Amino acid sequence: MSRRLHIEVFRYNPLDPNSEPHMQSFYVNEYDSMTLFIALNIIRDEQDPTLQFDFCCRAGICGSCGMVINGRPGLACHTQTRDLPDHIVLHPLPVFKLIGDLSVDTGTWFRDAGARIEAWVHNDHEQFDPKAEEVRMENDLANEIFELDRCIECGCCVSACGTARMREDFLGATSIARVARFYLDPRDERNEENYYQVIGNDQGVFGCMGLLGCEDVCPKHIPLQDQLGIMRRMLAIHSVKGILPKRVLEKLQHKGCCHESH
Amino acid sequence: MQIIYSDLLCIGAGLAGERVAVEAAKAGFNVTCLSIVPPRRSHSSAAQGGMQAALGNAIMGDGDTPDVHFADTVKGSDWGCDQEVARIFADTAPIVMREVAHWGVPWNRVEAGVHTYYKGGKPFEAEEKLEKHGLIHARAFGGTAKWRTCYTADGTGRSVLNTLDSMCLRYEVGIHDRTQAETLIHDGENCLGAIVRCLKTGELKAYLATATLIATGGYGRIYKATTNAVICDGGGQIAALDTGLVPMGNMEAIQFHPTGTVPTDILVTEGCRGDGGTLLDVNEYRFMPDYEPEKAELASRDVVSRRMQEHIRKGLGVKSPYGDHLWLDIRHLGEKHITTKLREVYDICTNFLGVNPIHDLIPVRPTQHYSMGGIRTNRDGAAYGLKGLFSAGESACWDMHGFNRLGGNSLAETVVAGRYVGKKIVEFLKGHTVDFKQSAINDAHAKVAARIMEMTKSSSKQESAIQLRDEMHSTMMDNVGIFRNGKDLQKAVDTLDELIDRSKNIKLQGTAIGFNPEISLALRIPGMLKLAQCTAYGALMRTESRGAHTREDFPERNDKDWLNRTLAYWKEGSTRPELKYEDASPYFEIPPGERGYGGGKIIAADIPEEKLRLPKNSAEKKKAKQTKKAS
Repeated sequence: MSRRLHIEVFRYNPLDPNSEPHMQSFYVNEYDSMTLFIALNIIRDEQDPTLQFDFCCRAGICGSCGMVINGRPGLACHTQTRDLPDHIVLHPLPVFKLIGDLSVDTGTWFRDAGARIEAWVHNDHEQFDPKAEEVRMENDLANEIFELDRCIECGCCVSACGTARMREDFLGATSIARVARFYLDPRDERNEENYYQVIGNDQGVFGCMGLLGCEDVCPKHIPLQDQLGIMRRMLAIHSVKGILPKRVLEKLQHKGCCHESH
Repeated sequence: MQIIYSDLLCIGAGLAGERVAVEAAKAGFNVTCLSIVPPRRSHSSAAQGGMQAALGNAIMGDGDTPDVHFADTVKGSDWGCDQEVARIFADTAPIVMREVAHWGVPWNRVEAGVHTYYKGGKPFEAEEKLEKHGLIHARAFGGTAKWRTCYTADGTGRSVLNTLDSMCLRYEVGIHDRTQAETLIHDGENCLGAIVRCLKTGELKAYLATATLIATGGYGRIYKATTNAVICDGGGQIAALDTGLVPMGNMEAIQFHPTGTVPTDILVTEGCRGDGGTLLDVNEYRFMPDYEPEKAELASRDVVSRRMQEHIRKGLGVKSPYGDHLWLDIRHLGEKHITTKLREVYDICTNFLGVNPIHDLIPVRPTQHYSMGGIRTNRDGAAYGLKGLFSAGESACWDMHGFNRLGGNSLAETVVAGRYVGKKIVEFLKGHTVDFKQSAINDAHAKVAARIMEMTKSSSKQESAIQLRDEMHSTMMDNVGIFRNGKDLQKAVDTLDELIDRSKNIKLQGTAIGFNPEISLALRIPGMLKLAQCTAYGALMRTESRGAHTREDFPERNDKDWLNRTLAYWKEGSTRPELKYEDASPYFEIPPGERGYGGGKIIAADIPEEKLRLPKNSAEKKKAKQTKKAS
């Protein structure tokens, strides 16, 4: 009954001057509950110990194993082979620097993006008083912030992004959602102008072409589309603050967000 | 060889590593973190449940204090913990939770009013107080007298790690990801840093540092069935053990989590049971209250795992192609609760098991989960045996967990110890200079380079690292599991003797220029075998049952002979560790007694009177604090 899977894997070792990018075929017998994590490890253990790929938590939580699976970015660990045809084609994520075979350098990319958007809560961190009660927060707001903190930095959204493919310096939906997380957070003292400085440009919200591949492929189902919309609206309004009458601005301010009642 | 200098080198950038890094960076020191994976992929990110701290904001945690938390922790440890350390932990945990809140962790908060909660599958109502509205909330976890586990939905590890990583960015901590520390550089007295292999290029580099911290997490990968991530292979412990100077504490103390899923071994959080989930057998009968009338599913993890195994042995498990298992039932919590507060559980069940927990039962069985043991440190986090070497988090045996740690206590330990040890490291850095001896650097480098050269080039070697790993896995699973006995443990020790011998002859199967993933495994296996041997041999010699260490042939907790901590040293060339023992605790603020769950006989100890109370100075401090509080 069980299928024999034909797994075609992109191979290239950039450090080996004799290595040419090519596809290599492997064959493994499928069994119950098999995931690409299991299949790729069988290949490495039994057929080619030099095959490069990344897994860590193997539970869809850490984001290590993003790759292009039959043409679509996704997490290999939570992709079950039974949901795929018996011919599976695997490529490394585009946009990120290739380390070798299916392994790409997401770490450097995300660190750089984090530094550019100053991805931390901006307040006086030294001011913490160990004897004082914590500052209160509404539970609903805590949940909203956590919703955006769920990003696992797998890079799937960046790989599926038309803009990121064209311009190297585009921050991607993941960074914009990160800024939205700090914008939501009352502990972050940055104002609209500060955020504008960070993503009010072609590298940020105004570079997005609105193709929304990011949202389609996000394995954590983070509402990237909403966040892009919210941030773009906020920053667009901010940029015409001195031009439009206050009345019009006020009217615009609270529309366009699906979380608000209109 | 490239040489990189820092004041503090953190090996590991999970919660403990990053918390220490932040403390030192804030004090103005130059800090570098090494990590096998980008820091946010560290296994801390997978911790779903929460962090215990006696804030007492939730109505079900009303009246909680660090004293109650301390008592729960000591009982949980089966009196195996260092009570001085457990006290430091319980006292500072609330401050640390507030501190990370200040830095950005979106803890779930108290919502005033009447809420429906679950206990043992049954709903009940409780009213959260108005004056606590908006403060950090808590949920129930096993082995605790109060609801005290702070949480952010079921992504606590993720959200706290994001926050600490953002602080590392803020304080410009150097993050060198895709690096593996292969060996420590030391001169016999001082630790001087590490020889590090770049996992992008395969290159070896020397990282020199005045202080070195090991915070690499656990070593669960010595077992086949473990909830641990692929990277939890004990790299940090191996580097420390290989010095021959630094001992491992209580390596036989291994925790099995009651709810690893079948067949993937992925963990579903204790929060499931904390929130009211129940365990059922093949007849869908709830069996835990029969064994543990009071705590039922929420007894400590060692007890629940043992009872589950006992029940399976009675033939009441559910048969499956992957072996027998039991069921976890959370259906009664309803769709909203499951898809919000337990969303990660929902995702895991639907993505990996093809089970919808809103309507279906979840197949679970006890699975290796946590290493209570590790690099033995003093209360400041300083490793025994080498100056300038520190450890914190799961990689360390700081030792607040003893022979069993409570759910929510280890995640809290990462940041609480991180903060405490971080401050001690800052003190150390302020008062210490070190002489970086060229010979020590060269020796360490030559050692690693020679190992790689031998396994690549030598023609007389033929062992496969994969084969050795698989044999280690099966002997650990078969002989060093939840229930242990002398015969099986001896079998494991003998097998590991042989595997350690064979591991000197590892030969690579393939070749690659630059980074070769096979070398990573081949370099790690000999060390993993040593950690496995420390575990098996320590368990063989410990002829009693305490916490998670359960000997069928020695069912009593023997305080008379075994109220102590195993220290395992490894002399080069040996196939077994040298074991020494030290007192479990410098003094017993809570004298050894009954845990109140788990049953079992206790052989009482003769503890000298002066050890049954706080030492004079700390007792006075405590008294002063209480009078101050009262006034």
